[in-house]
Amino acid sequence: MHSFGYRSNALLTFAVTALAFICAITSFSDKFSNQNPSVEIQILNINRFKKQSHGNDEVSLTLDIAADLQSLFTWNTKQVFVFVAAEYETPKNSLNQVSLWDAIIPEKEHAKFRIQVSNKYRFIDQGHNLRGKEFNLTLHWHVMPKTGKMFADKIVMPGYSLPDAYR
Amino acid sequence: MGFIGETVDSIKSIKIRQVLTQTVTLGMIVTSALIIWKALMCVTGTESPVVVVLSGSMEPGFKRGDILFLHMTQEPIRAGEIVVYNVDGRDIPIVHRVIKVHERRNTGDVDVLTKGDYNKDDDIGLYADGQIWLNRHHIMGRAVGFFPYVGWVTITMTEKPIIKYILIGALGLLVITSKDRQHTEKKAGRWWGSGS
Repeated sequence: MHSFGYRSNALLTFAVTALAFICAITSFSDKFSNQNPSVEIQILNINRFKKQSHGNDEVSLTLDIAADLQSLFTWNTKQVFVFVAAEYETPKNSLNQVSLWDAIIPEKEHAKFRIQVSNKYRFIDQGHNLRGKEFNLTLHWHVMPKTGKMFADKIVMPGYSLPDAYR
Repeated sequence: MGFIGETVDSIKSIKIRQVLTQTVTLGMIVTSALIIWKALMCVTGTESPVVVVLSGSMEPGFKRGDILFLHMTQEPIRAGEIVVYNVDGRDIPIVHRVIKVHERRNTGDVDVLTKGDYNKDDDIGLYADGQIWLNRHHIMGRAVGFFPYVGWVTITMTEKPIIKYILIGALGLLVITSKDRQHTEKKAGRWWGSGS
């Protein structure tokens, strides 16, 4: 009952249980943070808008993204993954979501930024429905904790549209 | 001669019962672990409720050796979710983020494109030949939580199987020797008891 084996076993079990409990309440503490991120996106330029050889529309555009995500960071945050997606519907598809740009924010200091970028990923439709198309730009964020539950949310900005003719 | 015969008989009979009890206890432990695993599969709705991150393609968020908790619901798949999927013909599941979604009206079928956060290119190179989209049936679950470092145990045991054997051997030895000590203590107690 007092051998090294029993003692180390008891110690190890207790240590692991205590660690699991601490990680659980750390993750739980994230619920109490007050979060109010903000973002503004403008389309600066439509660089290219054409129909590909196999019939799908493709757009290349330059965006101006101004965002403040500092309130998303808590002591349990490892990084915040943020991306901007275009959302629209077509006769064939009830929902299309195309990610245009993403970034990893490792620290709170970098979470307030303004950048001008052209789309990192190709904006290609399944079909040729993009002329004159109205779409939403959504800013999504995905908070990855140091331990525990991840959470994600988004801000939807409606009212953007593509030109009526190819360029 | 008779005394030796008696002792041998008593030892044999005790040993058989003991061995049987040990086997049954071991079987119970293994079975209850299996029950817990299967129950987890039911609750989370996926075939593998916990996976180990094997590559660095999702760094710095998920490093090699982290474990991910998965959950699968019938909710539609949306951009930004971290999903675990199997490609036909490959048995290692991949954990990456959804960057494009095209969902059909009426049927709800969905075409999905994924990409690892740290990779430069999207996953088209990882899909089967000629495949350019993932569909719902490829996706096994969404990552909902994670725990750092714990997966290294699994990675070491898979990549250096000798460690697995050493561990199981040591465990087996522990079980056998601890039972023997209990048995000897019982016998000693009996002798002392009868002496006084």
